[in-house]
Amino acid sequence: MAGEVVLLDFWASMFGMRVRVALAEKGVKYEYKEEDLRNKSPLLLQMNPIHKKIPVLIHNGKPICESLIIVQYIDEVWHDRAPLLPSDPYQRAQARFWADFIDKKMYDSGRKVWTTKGDEQEAGKKEFLDNLKTLEAELGDKPYFGGDRFGFADIALVGFYCWFHAYETFGNFSVEAECPKLIAWAKRCMEKESVSKSLPDQKKVYEFVAQMRKNFGVE
Amino acid sequence: MAGDSVKLLGFWASPFTARVHWALKLKVVKYEYFEEDFRNKSTLLLQSNPVYEKVPVLVHNGKPLAESLVILEYIDETWKQNPILPQDPYERALARFWAKFVEDKCVPEIISVFTKRGEEKEKAARDARENLKILESALGEKRFFGGETMGFVDIVAGWIGYWGRISEEVAGVNLIDAATIPLLNAWFEHVLEVPIIRECLPPREKLLEHSKNVYEIATAGST
Repeated sequence: MAGEVVLLDFWASMFGMRVRVALAEKGVKYEYKEEDLRNKSPLLLQMNPIHKKIPVLIHNGKPICESLIIVQYIDEVWHDRAPLLPSDPYQRAQARFWADFIDKKMYDSGRKVWTTKGDEQEAGKKEFLDNLKTLEAELGDKPYFGGDRFGFADIALVGFYCWFHAYETFGNFSVEAECPKLIAWAKRCMEKESVSKSLPDQKKVYEFVAQMRKNFGVE
Repeated sequence: MAGDSVKLLGFWASPFTARVHWALKLKVVKYEYFEEDFRNKSTLLLQSNPVYEKVPVLVHNGKPLAESLVILEYIDETWKQNPILPQDPYERALARFWAKFVEDKCVPEIISVFTKRGEEKEKAARDARENLKILESALGEKRFFGGETMGFVDIVAGWIGYWGRISEEVAGVNLIDAATIPLLNAWFEHVLEVPIIRECLPPREKLLEHSKNVYEIATAGST
């Protein structure tokens, strides 16, 4: 179980945040290595030759890629504490279903909001908010997606919270106005140290997105 | 488990439905199959999968599950005989990685071969061939991705050997080239030779006819 743990990551990546949160939940010590995505390290290219993407977890020299796969790996290796998935197979399947929904829908629809203008942006906004509303309906009155305990689906979504300020500013909308329960959920998650220490400041993310918009010529 | 009710809602021509058939049969689980008509979806389907309204859906003792990969992991955790995923966490992570690779990098390309035209279609076929070559690197000299017996990646990707060849014929593209991917090509044969798999494949002529219809509709109006 013990052994060297290294995380190749990028500070603003909501996918990298999933792994940071999982490691923090389990109290696992690790070395964090910041990647410059415009100048990827030989280590990253060696450890993830197929996708060349972060996050990559390197455990005892062996790489694990894809954020949700890494989170499940962490849960299975450090299985003696802070379970990230429920023990009941049906509830586990529900957690995986919603994590998969978040993976399929959130990044792309969010990206449309800050990389496009006009009609395309309006369509992106609608899609983004529709997806959030579906998630909010699934959350219902539960404290977390899995019920009383913070878990897999929460981890899949929570990194997007620090991006909301950027989405809202460039898309001209308020997530809280549309999905108040989801914001309440996010603030509840942020009360956990594993989350608050893993997510960057939303203003920093906003500045980063603003710079990217200039680079892409969206402005 | 005595008294278990297992229902599979599916579509006979869907490779995603096939994945679930394969997993249930490999585990020797008794189940009832319900054929869905897309133009007239059943109430059970719409209630069981309100998010996507798609097949396959597994209903176990009244509780519904959607998304084939999620269903496969559930089946593996619920019925312990003939394991689909390995025990070791690192091996499990690898199996999940390659299943996701198939889902993200092979499936969309194979579907695009059916829905795109001209240069876009050719590009989709090229990408599919390239990604199948990458997938082959994970197989190596093994009989199956799962080793001696079929495992997670075999169930997730095995349909390509049957549906893929029909797509080649219908869309007039090359997807599976025995010369470029000899090991994967041999693996497709190993999968389709497994008796329970062979027995539950949709009849070739019927699938070919259906695929031709889908292709015609998808590319209608193209030059």
